[in-house]
This record gives sequence, C-alpha cells and structure tokens, in this order.
Amino acid sequence: MMRLGPARRRIALLLSCLLAAAAPWAGAAENAVDFEGRVIRMVLPQEPPQLDSSKATDQVSTRVLGHVMEALTRFDGQGRLVPGVAERWEIRRDGATFWLREDARWSDGSPVTAADFVFSWRHAVDPITASEYAFILQGIENAEAISQGEAPITSLGVSAPEPRRLEVRFSRALAYFDKLVAFATFYPLKESFYRARDGRYGADAEDMLFNGPFVIERWDHGARLEMAKNPHYWDRDNIYLNRIEFPYITADTNAALNLFKDNRIILAALDSETMENALDQRWRIERFNDGSAWYIEFNHRDGRLTQNWNLRRALALSFDTYEFINRVIGTPGNLPGLSLYPSYMQGAKQRLLQEIPPPEPVTDWTLAREHLEKAIVELDLSEPPELVLLTGNSPTANKQAEFLQTLWKDALGLTVRIDRQIFKQRLAKMTAGDFDLVAAGWGPDYLDPLTFGDLFASWNLNNRGRYANPALDACVRKAQNSVAAETRVEAFGCIQRILLEDHTLIPTYERGQIYVIHPAVKGAIRRQTSPDPDLARAWLEQP
Amino acid sequence: MGRYAIKRIFQGLITIWFIATATFAAMHAVPGDPLSNEKATTEAIRKNLEARYGLDRPVFPDQYFIFLGNMAKGDFGLSFTQQNRRVNDIILDAFPVSAQLGVLAIAFAAIGGVLLGAFTALKRNRWPDVTVMLAVILGISVPSFVFAALGQLALVNANDALGFTLLPVAGWGELSHMVMPAVVLGLSTLAFLTRLMRSSMLEVLTADYIRTARAKGVSDGGIFWRHALRNASLPVITVLGPAIAAITTGGFVVELVFAIPGLGRAFVEAVQQLDYTLIMGTTVFYGSFLVFMVIVVDLIYGLIDPRVRLV
Repeated sequence: MMRLGPARRRIALLLSCLLAAAAPWAGAAENAVDFEGRVIRMVLPQEPPQLDSSKATDQVSTRVLGHVMEALTRFDGQGRLVPGVAERWEIRRDGATFWLREDARWSDGSPVTAADFVFSWRHAVDPITASEYAFILQGIENAEAISQGEAPITSLGVSAPEPRRLEVRFSRALAYFDKLVAFATFYPLKESFYRARDGRYGADAEDMLFNGPFVIERWDHGARLEMAKNPHYWDRDNIYLNRIEFPYITADTNAALNLFKDNRIILAALDSETMENALDQRWRIERFNDGSAWYIEFNHRDGRLTQNWNLRRALALSFDTYEFINRVIGTPGNLPGLSLYPSYMQGAKQRLLQEIPPPEPVTDWTLAREHLEKAIVELDLSEPPELVLLTGNSPTANKQAEFLQTLWKDALGLTVRIDRQIFKQRLAKMTAGDFDLVAAGWGPDYLDPLTFGDLFASWNLNNRGRYANPALDACVRKAQNSVAAETRVEAFGCIQRILLEDHTLIPTYERGQIYVIHPAVKGAIRRQTSPDPDLARAWLEQP
Repeated sequence: MGRYAIKRIFQGLITIWFIATATFAAMHAVPGDPLSNEKATTEAIRKNLEARYGLDRPVFPDQYFIFLGNMAKGDFGLSFTQQNRRVNDIILDAFPVSAQLGVLAIAFAAIGGVLLGAFTALKRNRWPDVTVMLAVILGISVPSFVFAALGQLALVNANDALGFTLLPVAGWGELSHMVMPAVVLGLSTLAFLTRLMRSSMLEVLTADYIRTARAKGVSDGGIFWRHALRNASLPVITVLGPAIAAITTGGFVVELVFAIPGLGRAFVEAVQQLDYTLIMGTTVFYGSFLVFMVIVVDLIYGLIDPRVRLV
C-alpha cells in the first residue's frame, strides 16, 4: 500500500483555503436590529404576489402595502380608528364626506387629492380591471352594476367636488364605511402615474408611487425587499425607523426561527413544533388572536345527507371545542369556537359577544345518538351513513381531520372519509359542492361583524355549502341596511341564533398565533386585519 | 458528424414538444384552476380574468396551439402567482441563482467524491474506508431536507459558539451565502460519486500499468496522482452530465430552507398554486436544459468514440 503524504497535504491545504476564505465574511451579515441606523430586518413568507392595491388580495401583499400606503383612515395599536389621509369625516345614511388633510403627499412630493381616490375606486370596480376585491365597494352607488358591466365606471357614487373633499353616495346604508375604507382596495392611486406605467403598476419598486410612512426602495424579486422612511409622509415626525428590510423570503418556519436565533430577524412566527425549540431557549413567547374564525361547514345542497337537521345536530353535540383546542391544536392562544363571530369584534358599546352572548356549547353523546337515530329514520337509512370530510393537506389540517374522524366513529359509529386536497383542488371541490363536511375558516376584511355575519346569506358566493334560509337572509339585510348600532347588534344576534340553532356550521376555534420578537423592538402591532404585523410606528429601545 | 448533430437536435426538439404536451395535458386534467381563490368572485370578474389570461377559449385546440405558438417564440406569458410579472423574467431572474448554486454544489461533489473515493480505495477494508462508506450510505439515503435543516442548525450553533458569523444562516447575495446550501445540495451526489470512484479506483489499482509504473520506480504519490486517480476518474466524468442537470433542477428544499430565490422554488410553488404559465415555462425550460445537456454529452462522446455515432 502507498503512503498518502502528498495527497493528505493537498487536502489539508484545500480545507484551510476554504476556512481562510470564510473568515473575511465574518460580520458581513446584517443583524436583526441596527440601533444607530434605526433599521430592523424581517423575513417575508413569500414574494408579494400583487402590489397594485386595486388588485391585491393576499396577506403578504397587503402587509407590505400597509407600510407604504395610507388610506383615508387607519387603525392604531389599540384597534381604534384614527385619521389617515382624511383629517375628519362624516357618515350619513345615504353617503359620506371625507375632508383630506392639506399636507398629505405622494412620494414624488405632489399632494394626495380626492381625485386620486376617485380614480382608484373607479378602477377597482371596473370589470376590465377584474379585481377580486371589487365586492368590497358594494354599497357605494352603482358599484354592483359597474362591476357587472351594466353601467359606466363614471357613474360610481364617488366624486371630488374640491381637491380636498371626497363625496360618497351609498345605495344602501354603510354604517361601518369609515372602517371599511381602511382596507387596501380603498388606497388612493395617482391616475397620471398609474396610466404612464401602462399595465406595469406594482410590478417593480420604480413602478409604484407611495403615500404611506415608507417607500419601497429596493425589490429583488424572490430575494429581498427594502423599505425606507418616506420623507414626504405628513406624519413623518412620528415615524422612528429609517428602514425596514426583508433580506429573506421563505415560508419555512424552522428557517425563520434559526434566523431569529442567529440575530438576523426581529420576529419569528412559531408553530407547535418550533414552539418547543423556543421554549428551550427560554424566550418570551408572545401570543395574539389573528382574527380568523374556524368551523366545520356542512353541505346543504339538495340530496346531501347533511341537509338533515338531526344529523347535523348529532355531529355538533358530539364535538367539544375545549378538547379540540387543548388536545388537538395544542399551541397556546387559541380560543374556543362559540360563535361565528370572533371574540374581539365590537358591538354597540362593548364587545359584540358580551352584548349577544352565544349559548355555552353542549357536548352530550347520549343526546347525539338519539338525534342520529332520528336522522337515520328520516333519511330512510339502514345503518349510520358514511360522510366525506374535505380538508387541506397541511399537517395541522390532517391532525384535526383525524381527530374528527375518530371522534365521530367513537361517539356515533359514523364512518368519516377524509378527503385531503391541496389548496386549489380543495377550493374547486368546495365550489362544486363535492363534500359533506369541510374544515373552513374565515378572516375579516374589515372590523365590522358583518364581514362574518353575511357569510351564510343565500346570495354570498363564499357560502360554499349553499345554505339558504329566508329568515337568515332577512337578518343579514337588516344588519346591512341599518345605521343604528343597537339595531345592527340585534340583527347580528339574530344571525348567530339561527346559525347555531340550525347547526348551519360547527364553530371549532378562534385561531391564536404565537411568535417571538426581539426585546429591543417596541410598538410592533399585531392585528386581525392587514397589515399584520405592522412595524410602521415601531421604535427601538437599547436593552 | 454534422448529420449526426442535426439528427440529435431534431430528436431533442421532438422530446421538448412531447414534454410540453404531456405537461399541458396533465396540468389541465387536475381539478381546480389558477384563478380560484379563497374569496369567491362574481361571474363577470371571473370572465374578465379568464379573458386576460386567455382561459376563456377551449383548452384544445385553441389554448394548446396558442401556447405552442408562443413557446416557439420563447414567450410563456404572464404568471398567475407573481402577478404583473412575465414568466420569462422570472426564469431569467431565478435560473442564474440556481445555476450558481448548482455549479458550486457540483464542484464540491465532484472534487470531494473523487478524493474520498480514491482515499477509501487505498484504505480498503480498514477503518477509514468503513467509516466513509457508512457515511456514504447515509448521504445517499437521507433526504436533502434533513441535511438542509441540520446544516442550518449547525451554522446557528457555530455562529453562536464562535461569537461571530462564520457563515450566514440563510439569504442570498454573497459567496458566503452559497457555501452551506451548496454543500447540502451536493452531499448526495458526493456520496454517489464516492462509491463510484471507490470501485473504479479498486479496479485501476490492480491494473497492469500500475504494476509497471511501480516496477519502474515511480513514487507512491506519483502513481496515485498521475496514473491511478486520472484513469479512475473517467466513469465519474461520464455521470457528471446527468448529475449537473439533477442538481441545478433539484434544489427546491434547499432553496426554501436557505431563502434562496432560485428556480426550483418558483417551480414547486407554481405547481402548488396551479400557476399554468409558470408551470409550463419552468417545465419546458428545465426540459430543454436537460435535453441540451444530454445532446452535448452525446456529441462529445461522438467526437471521442466514433462507434457512438452509429447507434
């Protein structure tokens, strides 16, 4: 055998070259917080799909937009509505007036005018734009007719009689309109700039104009996005941070936690797996209610077994939301599913669920079996039926579906077949009605109970179980068309009572999320509607 | 040679057409479509969206032939998921990233594999050989997402222990960002090449010319570097072609974990979101790349060995 002298030396040389090459890079990476430069760094779960505010629908896009754009109104850290571009406003039964502040500016220095809102809103309802969120403008005069292509876009009930006064006419009462206009679809767009981009608005950083606290300064697609403080923003003196940078784009929660541990990002979302890891590090784990309500939706179409009330009641009576959140979901911060309305929703004077308290859910397997017996007789079956539970393909969705499968087998002797589908296929099956039960959830578009309350109206396209009940529709109309807060709360109570008594759905839980955040970062806002997380008004305190 | 080349290129074009057609058919056979979203849209809006992407026409023949026509022009249209962006731009942005990473991974795998393979052959059946071969089995059988997670965790702990950044944990832009992902991406190829090299080296070491060289008094090092290593590396070079294609296209998990804006990630996300245009763009691009690599390898074979041209 040969000696390996020269070879060994060469390998050693190669290795030391590699190490030596690595040394100068030390310190080149950027820290999570730069106190001097007032910079924070974060991870984005994905490349923002659409930064044209008139077309944006997803949370990542609206999160980015929420830092660089400003609507007429916005929500502060306590969830209170505060002035944005509008310094004051008035909501009437038939319309609204917004008075715009004088110092509101675009990032090119030009003033933000009422005409910028008129253009933006007309553009959003224009059927040519094909904005998926055009529905959110419904209630403004002619919005529906325009989006169906039956009226010209200039007939939309919005006008700018003066550069700093915006007039809106309603086709039905919109008591919550001041909250609604905080949503991304209502952001202004400057017509001359928008048209000059010739369809490329929002495609790159230079193809956008900003009126919010920050501007997008750099956007390397899929890799990096950097925001810098907007020198033209009217409230710039209350913006502490100079930059918010996203040097990482990945949906991998483990990678995010590693980056957090390595002091590269200020915030990492946790799941049940990474929570253990964070606990081991003795980090402070923060929790917040992300706003979404989750439930099992029944298929109410003709010919479906789940059209039977006794069967639905049997399934509902065997379910225990407390067991579900403690044993199945397992992460802290989740709340029991008691109603379609999440607990944070405001009523007339206090929290909505304090004004219309939902009944405490009953779990009673004996009673459940009685209802199943009745269902079997009514449906003319010889034995307990087999049901299809449609669900997503995430590990969490799997775990929940398997729990339900076992539960209904044990409690009722029912066979539940789990139909796991990836996102688009699940949607296709939901829309086609190819399920008996589906695990679904809903996040609020605006902070009014109606965003949940109208979900099961017979005309709502998101009512994928096609539940149709004239009594419910009447309550929804009342909630839509009334202005008085008490009347609306009454209507929301009516909706809740019908949904729970009729077992239109089984509320399962209100989702909570957990995360870790850099201790020097103060004033980070987590909220139920976009933008979340909101760092626009955050500041740094040296520990 | 010229006729052979033309024949191979023609075959390559047929292959690409076949890949495109099969993907097109499979993609449209899947239930659901790229336009459906959590929030339902009205009929009118849906119709306009369909018109924007040309989905309002029948899938066959209209959409199919329009697609083929555009493909021939090298235009894959607008992406559904990264709205406002053209698929061509996405590929142009993301492929160089994957390619850089791939080249580095291949270099690591090839150099490492050849050296380790030769080394184990020399130490045959002794503990260094046994240890490395055990590691090789691990390297081949453990999936890359495990290595990716472990590699990243190792970096976090190393940086923590050292008190300075040895290598960044994730991200893209500098050479330092590429080291760990390239190592992780190259590991299984390295393991495979090590095994190949080891058996090839064992064969070469018993060959007559090695004995001749030794009889002529060539030093051990000279025999190893000049005679044995060179000859034993030939089979490794043969499999490098397909390995390059596999590595440059197979980096999805590594790209996700290390937050690298590569094409592998774009491709998998496109499939999950049923982004028709991005699926077709990336598949056809990858397919063409693979076919191109195979043709290049074949032509090189043809130059070296005239018999290949007859096949």
